[in-house]
Amino acid sequence: MDFLRPASWEEALAAKAEHPTAVPIAGGTDVMVEINFDHRRPEYLLDLNRIELLREYEIGEENVRLGASVPYTRIMENLRAELPGLALASHTVASPQIRNRGGVGGNLGTASPAGDAHPALLAAGAEVEVESVRGNRFIPIDEFYTGVKRNALQPDELIKTVHIKKADGPQQYSKVGTRNAMVIAVCAFGLALHPETRTVRTGIGSAAPTPIRAKEAEAFLNAALEEGGFWDNGKIITPSIAKQFADLCSAAANPIDDVRGTAKYRRHAVGIMARRQLGWTWEQYRGAGRTLEGAA
Amino acid sequence: MRVNFTVNGRPQEADDVWEGESLLYVLRERLGLPGSKNACEQGECGSCTVRLDGVPVCSCLVAAGQVEGREVVTVEGLAEFAKEREAHGGCATGACGTSVDAAKKWEAKPQDSQTGEGIELSPIQQAFIDAGAVQCGFCTPGLLVAADEMLERNPSPTDADIREALSGNLCRCTGYEKILDAVRLAAARQERQGEAV
Amino acid sequence: MAQNTRTVPVGTPTDVTQNHVKGGIGESTLRPDGTLKVTGEFAYSSDMWHEDMLWGQILRSTVAHAEIVSIDTSEALTMDGVYAVLTHEDLPAAKNYGMEFQDTPVLAYGKVRHHGEPVALVAADHPETARRAAAKIKIEYRELPVITDEASALAPDAILVHENRDDHHSGHVPHPNIVHRQPIIRGNADEAAKRADVIVKGEYTFGMQDQAFLGPESGLAVPAEDGGVDLYVATQWLHSDLKQIAPCLGLPEEKVRMTMAGVGGAFGGREDISMQILASILALRTGKPVKMVYNRYESFFGHVHRHPAKLYYEHGATKDGKLTHMKCKIVLDGGAYASSTASVVGNASSLSVGPYVVEDVEIEAIGLYTNNPPCGAMRGFGAVQACFAYEAQMDKLAAKLGMDPVELRQLNAMEQGTIMPTGQVVDSPAPVAELLRRVKARPMPPERQWETAGEGADVRALPGGLSNTSHGEGVVRGVGYAVGIKNVGFSEGFDDYSTAKIRIEVINGEAVATVHTAMAEVGQGGVTIHAQIARTELGVQQVTIHPADTQVGSAGSTSAGRQTYMTGGAIKNSCEIVREKVLEIGRRKFGSYHPAWANAELLLEGGKVVTDGGEALATIADVLEDQAVEVEEEWRHRPTQAFDLVTGQGDGHVQYAFAAHRAVVEVDTELGLVKVIELACAQDVGKAVNPLSVVGQIQGGTTQGLGVAVMEEIIVDPKTAKVRNPSFTDYLIPTILDTPTIPVDYLELADPNAPYGVRGIGEAPTLSSTPAVLAAIRAATGLELNKTPVRPEALTGTL
Repeated sequence: MDFLRPASWEEALAAKAEHPTAVPIAGGTDVMVEINFDHRRPEYLLDLNRIELLREYEIGEENVRLGASVPYTRIMENLRAELPGLALASHTVASPQIRNRGGVGGNLGTASPAGDAHPALLAAGAEVEVESVRGNRFIPIDEFYTGVKRNALQPDELIKTVHIKKADGPQQYSKVGTRNAMVIAVCAFGLALHPETRTVRTGIGSAAPTPIRAKEAEAFLNAALEEGGFWDNGKIITPSIAKQFADLCSAAANPIDDVRGTAKYRRHAVGIMARRQLGWTWEQYRGAGRTLEGAA
Repeated sequence: MRVNFTVNGRPQEADDVWEGESLLYVLRERLGLPGSKNACEQGECGSCTVRLDGVPVCSCLVAAGQVEGREVVTVEGLAEFAKEREAHGGCATGACGTSVDAAKKWEAKPQDSQTGEGIELSPIQQAFIDAGAVQCGFCTPGLLVAADEMLERNPSPTDADIREALSGNLCRCTGYEKILDAVRLAAARQERQGEAV
Repeated sequence: MAQNTRTVPVGTPTDVTQNHVKGGIGESTLRPDGTLKVTGEFAYSSDMWHEDMLWGQILRSTVAHAEIVSIDTSEALTMDGVYAVLTHEDLPAAKNYGMEFQDTPVLAYGKVRHHGEPVALVAADHPETARRAAAKIKIEYRELPVITDEASALAPDAILVHENRDDHHSGHVPHPNIVHRQPIIRGNADEAAKRADVIVKGEYTFGMQDQAFLGPESGLAVPAEDGGVDLYVATQWLHSDLKQIAPCLGLPEEKVRMTMAGVGGAFGGREDISMQILASILALRTGKPVKMVYNRYESFFGHVHRHPAKLYYEHGATKDGKLTHMKCKIVLDGGAYASSTASVVGNASSLSVGPYVVEDVEIEAIGLYTNNPPCGAMRGFGAVQACFAYEAQMDKLAAKLGMDPVELRQLNAMEQGTIMPTGQVVDSPAPVAELLRRVKARPMPPERQWETAGEGADVRALPGGLSNTSHGEGVVRGVGYAVGIKNVGFSEGFDDYSTAKIRIEVINGEAVATVHTAMAEVGQGGVTIHAQIARTELGVQQVTIHPADTQVGSAGSTSAGRQTYMTGGAIKNSCEIVREKVLEIGRRKFGSYHPAWANAELLLEGGKVVTDGGEALATIADVLEDQAVEVEEEWRHRPTQAFDLVTGQGDGHVQYAFAAHRAVVEVDTELGLVKVIELACAQDVGKAVNPLSVVGQIQGGTTQGLGVAVMEEIIVDPKTAKVRNPSFTDYLIPTILDTPTIPVDYLELADPNAPYGVRGIGEAPTLSSTPAVLAAIRAATGLELNKTPVRPEALTGTL
């Protein structure tokens, strides 16, 4: 094994071009577990800790440009207004120690369906900026996940930033685990209201081979909200709409039975989370005065 | 490979480090600092918690090569670190703003055990002993580093704050009640000390 | 003894001295090892280090049941840095070991019987090299069908997990795949059932729990010049290890010198041998010190677990709630090797009725051999599984009778003088009804604690916690009660003793005591109370605790809640002998100066010889001068009897312990997530030798019971008998956010048979905690819930 320590982004790209099998390591919270338990013996480890730009974020007009290695702790503390869904998701990541090290780039690189950030990114809308010595490109988040623990990255590419749409409305995120802290998602759900476009977006984690959106549910809700004039009249969403939305979210899931939970439970829980989050976000949208950041 | 970094204020050099080695392994097996504990090696238990450039991390998940040129504080250096923090106005690195009292130093109460007699402990260490928060003690080093850092940020934590801050540190012996007691005790003593000035 | 010329390993324990400390029996003195533990100086077994040491690595079976066709170590042997690669063919002497049955191979030969069984062994100069070499060993298996439950174990064509058994139970068991069977018949349950107005039946399943101590199995073996080995390990019972290790090394016991290294928790999981023999063999073979440390994955295979169990219960009662009879069958899965299964069967059987008066019983407990992971000791030892079931039955019965569940329990509660189903009279306090009264009388924790002033919900106070799944939606509160009975000490005629070597001498003009025992300090605070006893009995302040090793007689196991009773008793006894000797010296020296030397009751207090009237006669320093008094004595509890193999009758237990819990839980009934809000415990501790430690033990035990109620289970695939979740990612134990406040109310009703009246305290709270939480969840959901742990699926109908 070789340990590559590029001092700059350019050096990192050059190293990745030269050694496409090199495994990038930033927070180390996935890679080191695999090394410690003998599951992986990469030829090269490519350390990204010294690259400052990966640890920076910038709040623009429409987007937050989030460096791949910005730790979850900083997201949940500093970006609650701009990225409420991702901030909530960040708060559910493992433990304070892990949140101090891990960042969204790791979740994306690993592309595990259980990664906590994915549903929030899908719901908010985001593009992943990847780069190689050949140049950079933006991959829409919907096209990023290509299979179980597979993503759209080329072997010579590294994840640089994630451009996430700034919240234009309430966002929520929940995950189900069998412990009240420090738990891997049995399944997770994220919801974002986008009043500017009068749309909603969703994200489902750990309930399909990849993180997914519940597109039919979104389409149904978009139509129902439009039809009922809800965006304008701010009325309480009827239970039947909420139920239908929840059922469609459940139906979008394509989960498996595993040691953490049954497929049946996952489908069920996705529906419950969807219904509750619709309630929370809509309540906030109506300006009922409840802050949905809560204490989470 | 060779790794140079600072541990508890002292420059250290580790040689012949295997590239897959963790910071935890280097501390324990190469630098003779076994205080940070290896209980899960997957970031699930917090027993190996150290501060890396001031931030609590699981040292089992930091590749040794990543700490080149950086500063690490382990449980072995915690008392000294806390003392420095007092001397620098509540912040060991001098970057945390002003504290209630920069001059007053923590005075540890007389030691119970002879093996510890004369050793100056940080307030959180003393509180863990006094509150009965130590049983087998394997989780203790990691908890101390995490709790000390929380009290640095949040000197008057609620119970929920304490629980959240320590939710990454598993303990199998105590049921956590006396750990909560210890953190409350350390916070209260810190507060009293602040008021006394 | 030949001296080892090697340097002493780093991490070798040394004397720990408490000075300037007052505090005898009954005071909350602080741990003598506390400062070492908070500074990181305390050396655990995994911290042991020796110049030029090698690292040992085990290769474990990847299948649960198979014939070993071939093992090829040639490639591993050629690797740089590899010093030894061993298989069963290299074993120096006895090939099997075991605590009760010698049925466990040091390295598998012929067959492997469970997933993760050690098959081969490597020593190398770096752990990574050792791991790589182990991965190069090629093993060919011919897989066999797996036996995973009662049906497959007792099927007519079942493969025998162990052929040609010749252990002490093989003669009476109905099938060779049954390790032990213990029936208990008293009265006539069938007749009594006719008096019952209501009968409730239930089938219960208890999952496999792991001790999950944080300090992994580890230690250091250093070869000695005399051909022996110095072994530094974390164990619960040095002398039991020694008896098993020496024959496997082909060495006399005196050439295997064991020292207790720091122990990172135990809870039963260190009662059996783990790496002790293997590290020693590697050290002897390579001539170098060998360190072995299991990682967490390996730790899940490296020790026995709590027996999973199926329990079938029937209770009857008259309409006014008096129990008429109880019938039960308890099936414990012992896994591939016996470990302490036979004793667990004895416990489960003899405690299956719970702390209740039932005169007519028909009880049967069996322990199986299967190809599942071996099970043995864990806190609560057979009583935990039974308590889960009989307490569920009590609630069912109360519901059927329309009675308050606590009242029903109190109505049937045993008390001093009650006769157990084994015929044994409970001859010391048994305040079962009072314990229940106390937990019930506590004020309830406030409702809706998640609500904050104007800021929405604090999710940390809700089911789901930080995962933000509920802001109060779906949350229902439930309250449940449970009480349990546990035996203390080793039972069924076992010669249970401990040994204490006590020395008193004068150093710098002050009388000081040294306590030397082989007791395993696993975190429980035994060393703290040893110093307290020495202070109380010898009137000294300064006490030195000498490290535990095999240079002193056996202390027995740190288990069964027995050490304060047993090693505490041994220390008290040895101190009393020391005191008599000191007084004898005093009488010889000063007897003629004061008549009290001859005719008063004399004590040692505050460094002086004093009369029971408080008059000081001399300082201990003046009595002893440069003379030291040292005594090493064994001490035994009163003898017990084996249970009759047909009727189960016999005075099998030494002492009983009782605890009761009230659980208050909040359940997100839609998502099936549980938050335990409060878990109050009342327990009789006999005498709180150290109140701070007593409360700590009760809170710790309570939390382990909570864990198994809602999250902890080793999941074994029934098709392959392979473990599916050997990691802290998927075997979850409670975090600080899962653990509620645990108010503790303890009674001190002395047991007249025990030193200072103490009652073992560590285990009882683990029993009643689980069923109390289950009862509370049932109350919140209305569901039956007959299995631990309660998974979200069970609460949401999504299994």
